[in-house]
Amino acid sequence: MSESNESIELSAHVREQIDAWVAKYPPEQKRSAVLSALREVQHENDGYLTVALMDAVAGYLELPKIAVYEVATFYSMLETQPVARNSVSVCTNISCMLRGADDIVEHIEKKHGLKLGESSADGRIYLKKEEECLAACCGAPMMMVNHKYYENLTPEKVDEVLDALE
Amino acid sequence: MSEDSVTIEVNGTPMQARKGQMLIEVTDANDIYVPRFCYHKKLTVAANCRMCLVEVEKAPKPLPACATPVADGMKVFTRSQLALDAQKSVMEFLLINHPLDCPICDQGGECELQDLAMGYGRDVSRYSEGKRVVKDKNIGPLVQTEMTRCIHCTRCVRFGDEIAGLRELGATGRGEHMEIGTYVEKTMTSELSGNVIDICPVGALTNKPFRYSARTWEMVQRPTIAPHDSVGSNMDLHVKGHTVKRVVPAENEAVNEVWLADRDRYSCEGLQSPDRLQAPMIKQHGEWHEVDWEVALEQVHDRLQAVIDRDGADELAGLAAPWATLEELYLFQKWLRGLGSANIDHRLRQHDFRDDDVAPAFPWLGESLVDLEHVDAALLVGAYPRKEQPLINHRLRKAALGGAAIMAVNPAAYAQNFEFAETCVVAPSQMAQTLAAVAAALVEQGAVAGDALRGLINNVSVDDQHRRLAEALRRADNATVLLGVQAQAHPEFATLRALAGEIATLTGARLGYLGESANSSGAWLAGVLPQRGPLMGTTPGPGLDARAMFEQPRRAYCLFNLEPERDCWNGREVIRALTQADCVVAFSAYDSASLREYADVILPLALYAETAGSYVNVEGRLQSFNGAVAPPGQARPGWKILRVLGNRFDLADFDYDSAEQVRAELADAITSLRPGNHHWQLPGSLPQAAAGSLERVTRMPTNSLDPLVRHAPALQQTVDVADGHAHMHPDTAARLGLAAGAHVRLQNDGGSVELPLALDDSLAPGCVLIHATHPDAIELGGWFGNLEAGGR
Ligand code: SF4
Ligand code: FES
Ligand code: FES
Repeated sequence: MSESNESIELSAHVREQIDAWVAKYPPEQKRSAVLSALREVQHENDGYLTVALMDAVAGYLELPKIAVYEVATFYSMLETQPVARNSVSVCTNISCMLRGADDIVEHIEKKHGLKLGESSADGRIYLKKEEECLAACCGAPMMMVNHKYYENLTPEKVDEVLDALE
Repeated sequence: MSEDSVTIEVNGTPMQARKGQMLIEVTDANDIYVPRFCYHKKLTVAANCRMCLVEVEKAPKPLPACATPVADGMKVFTRSQLALDAQKSVMEFLLINHPLDCPICDQGGECELQDLAMGYGRDVSRYSEGKRVVKDKNIGPLVQTEMTRCIHCTRCVRFGDEIAGLRELGATGRGEHMEIGTYVEKTMTSELSGNVIDICPVGALTNKPFRYSARTWEMVQRPTIAPHDSVGSNMDLHVKGHTVKRVVPAENEAVNEVWLADRDRYSCEGLQSPDRLQAPMIKQHGEWHEVDWEVALEQVHDRLQAVIDRDGADELAGLAAPWATLEELYLFQKWLRGLGSANIDHRLRQHDFRDDDVAPAFPWLGESLVDLEHVDAALLVGAYPRKEQPLINHRLRKAALGGAAIMAVNPAAYAQNFEFAETCVVAPSQMAQTLAAVAAALVEQGAVAGDALRGLINNVSVDDQHRRLAEALRRADNATVLLGVQAQAHPEFATLRALAGEIATLTGARLGYLGESANSSGAWLAGVLPQRGPLMGTTPGPGLDARAMFEQPRRAYCLFNLEPERDCWNGREVIRALTQADCVVAFSAYDSASLREYADVILPLALYAETAGSYVNVEGRLQSFNGAVAPPGQARPGWKILRVLGNRFDLADFDYDSAEQVRAELADAITSLRPGNHHWQLPGSLPQAAAGSLERVTRMPTNSLDPLVRHAPALQQTVDVADGHAHMHPDTAARLGLAAGAHVRLQNDGGSVELPLALDDSLAPGCVLIHATHPDAIELGGWFGNLEAGGR
């Protein structure tokens, strides 16, 4: 990836949304609005961010560009590449790992022909790279599909859930 | 014991500390070593590496010394079992993902991680898992990355934020996927970028041109003084065999702190340029011949003597560069004065010499570098310290972060790394008007001006920006007005000097100069001036200054360490004068086609690392150094060449055996000399600009400053070099009917050139900015003045 030469403007709607967030913080703390700003921008752009969009946010909030890249790459709900329609996160943290999360991941990878961090060719499934503990350890192994939790997973159960996705 | 002092005990020894200090500052001050990676005394505390864990009595867990404030009665153990175990465990964690291949790492031998692993690491790793691998980033020609080695201490990130004032590096990703980089491929543009090499504790960020060319233990360290800007940064040359392999900063809080500008760090590459002259040469019947020194010096003698005998010594002129050493400069003028000529100067880039009679003993900062940190307000006139004297800018930046109002009157709103309180962006022809308006605003606000000044500012129109600027200066307890490089090159420099001086007087501010080169101050003191001898001594004269000696061509010229067509204010005039002369003697380090055109004798010169010498920095600080390597081929230190020439011409008092002996004639006086800068002469009227014309603005790009830096390949790949473009505000281009991507034909009385257009909305409208030294623009002549433009 190289520096983007094109500079784009944020849409009026997004700017309005960001302004509303900025208003919640002290004037010298505009940067506090960066997370919400990125979420709004991502929402308008088919669920992912581009360098040009991040630069536009940096310009709007008067932040160094790299400060925006840092936030965008840190939070797992922000995407910096085009992704498929449904987001699937399998928890691989300790409890889930001990209860076979790795097998679940492998099953999904094989069945849908993708690797962690990739989207399926049919544009249906995006398997998130890594998910830390989602606080459902008692139901380990677990996954989150479009913000919904599914627990005590088996390969069969996973298929059932994923096959039902649009 | 004062109120904010506490007593703590470290390893059984009681010590005093300031309240609120971090433990590590106290142990450092007392020479007790606590291991660390992320802590750096010039950066904020991040406390993310945990290497500095120590035991503190009554604390349940070991505490990080870099982030634990001292408290009265605190008992600390830095080498207890608990502390050592904690440090060892941290080291084991750090090494999980760090490659264990020091023999192929460029940092090997000078790596903080390697050193600490020796002390705290285990012999055998308990991990057999694969290590993470991080793709390297290309962040430009100066800094090499090897990001797999990064331990995420974030020193480089904090450096960008806090010191360079330019957040270029960051930590993207999270957890094991976290990476330090620029995210998008991007060249670092900070003029201080090389410092990340020194602060990176591992081999993740290293010196790119130096890479894989030597090991630390093969090199010897030789102290020296930076040869470019007027700060006089202290630094160490790392020498292997006969080669300067690299340069690192040497700590001097009063001068460069711990930092070094990129130009000073990387210009050492220019010492090994293939263009270095190896032997003396003479031109006979249009052909160049290498000769030995004996013959060359005899030729210099015979040819110059012939001119003197035939036309008189006044037909001889000498121009020396302000980056030559004090000893060279002193002998240069002593030699020429001995020959009977007072046509001597070093002010290559000055054009207005009207007030030479009243000029200060030497134009200097008017305060110390450290003082700059404590100003409440500063007005910069025609100055871009960020790119001209980066470590002066660093001091001003600290003042600004502390609330000072830094303001400027410049021909462009230059990209800065901190916020300026006010910037008046005006065409060069309007700079004097603007200063007059500030003075008028001061009078409005109650300041009492003398008659001469009142007469001058009577009719200027004052706007709110002038008033704000005046107010900020007036209110400040500690203010300074600084004349920069562009002011000193301005065709109305004497006027700018006088108005800046008057503003300083009206506001109780100091007046200072931001010298351009390493010896801009030293050259004055050495007497390389037509109107004054060394240390302000009176001499016969005045002779011709750096402008007049070319406008009134002489029969013979001696040029010392410069490439006149690039280094002088009007390269075109200079070349014309040199070409018509009967004899041009060039003391030069570098060969070039144009040198061979106009010169008749070429004497190969040693450069800064190859000769003993001294520079006097912008605060008047005399700093001497020794040669660290031999000059190439038969090149010789300038003071030696000049000494022998003095003998050749049978001049009295020319028997020096060392640079020290030369220096001794000046040194004592220089160290005690701190003259006032309050010397100027108000002109009778303000300059008026011809309306509607296109004005030329010239700026010296950082890495084009002098022959040495122009021969340093890595620096020449940065953005801070002369680009040969015609830079204009988009409105100016539009008015001239020029679209982006066009070529502009620019002309004046003397010549015409065609340059690609570059749009730049930071420039004052009505101006075209051309970088100094670019060969494509030499035909346009002087650095400032009106031009005619057309498209193609
Ligand atoms: S690159 Fe070096 S300085 Fe920067 S975070 Fe990594 S280890 Fe620290
Ligand atoms: S470890 Fe998977 S939900 Fe907690
Ligand atoms: S040096 Fe203290 S935590 Fe890094």
